[in-house]
Amino acid sequence: MTTPRPLSPHLQIYKPQLTSVMSILHRATGIFLSLGTLVLVYWLMAAADGPEAYQQAISLLASWFGLLLLFGWSISLFYHLCNGIRHLFWDAGLGLDINTVYTTGKFVWLATFILTALAWLLAFTIKGAG
Amino acid sequence: MDMLRTPLSQVRGLGSAREGTNRFIAQRLSAIALVPLILWFVVSIIFFITRADYDALVAWIRLPWNTELFILLILLLFYHAHAGLQEVLEDYMHNEITKAIVMAAMKFFVIAITIASVLAILRIALGG
Repeated sequence: MTTPRPLSPHLQIYKPQLTSVMSILHRATGIFLSLGTLVLVYWLMAAADGPEAYQQAISLLASWFGLLLLFGWSISLFYHLCNGIRHLFWDAGLGLDINTVYTTGKFVWLATFILTALAWLLAFTIKGAG
Repeated sequence: MDMLRTPLSQVRGLGSAREGTNRFIAQRLSAIALVPLILWFVVSIIFFITRADYDALVAWIRLPWNTELFILLILLLFYHAHAGLQEVLEDYMHNEITKAIVMAAMKFFVIAITIASVLAILRIALGG
């Protein structure tokens, strides 16, 4: 192989931009969400074990630490979802010019915060009413 | 999934000699399928699961459509997670032996928790 291949940027001398930060965050949230699947599995197994185990799982998840983690996973999920859709458009060859990339990037941030806020607001409102 | 490759790339046989392109396509297909499935799950959590007691939750999972969607969600979610983790390991782990060991461990682990999740759903859905 004599073809010169592109090299990764050297992070020590690389100026962060919206594009690079969002790209790194896509991976970071992906890894964090992979860890979160363990909680989903734990919750499912507790539900399969019966009411006592399920209640215990719910108490853990509803503790301040559990809620903090759930909040982290929810914002990561919405980010990864919105930015993932942005990536799918790129894979289809759409929205690749630099202005569109920045516009959709900002839109992903906005959508992430709105969806996260809306999800928690609705969850607490509905739980409060029920 | 060769049908999703461009005719030109198939004829020329360009690109990696390994299975990179098929994995690239499968990762994106799982991403597309996960969009509606994740939305279904998030909406279910917000509007139903947070206020459901144990019996209501069991009854909800037992509805055939929910059992189906839940298992689909689990399979695609873990496929997608495994594909992403594999990509990260390939990019950042440079020692071939360590990489092979960590990769194998990751795959076994993902398969194990996928089976555990599907079994849990089936125990709830089919349990007496």
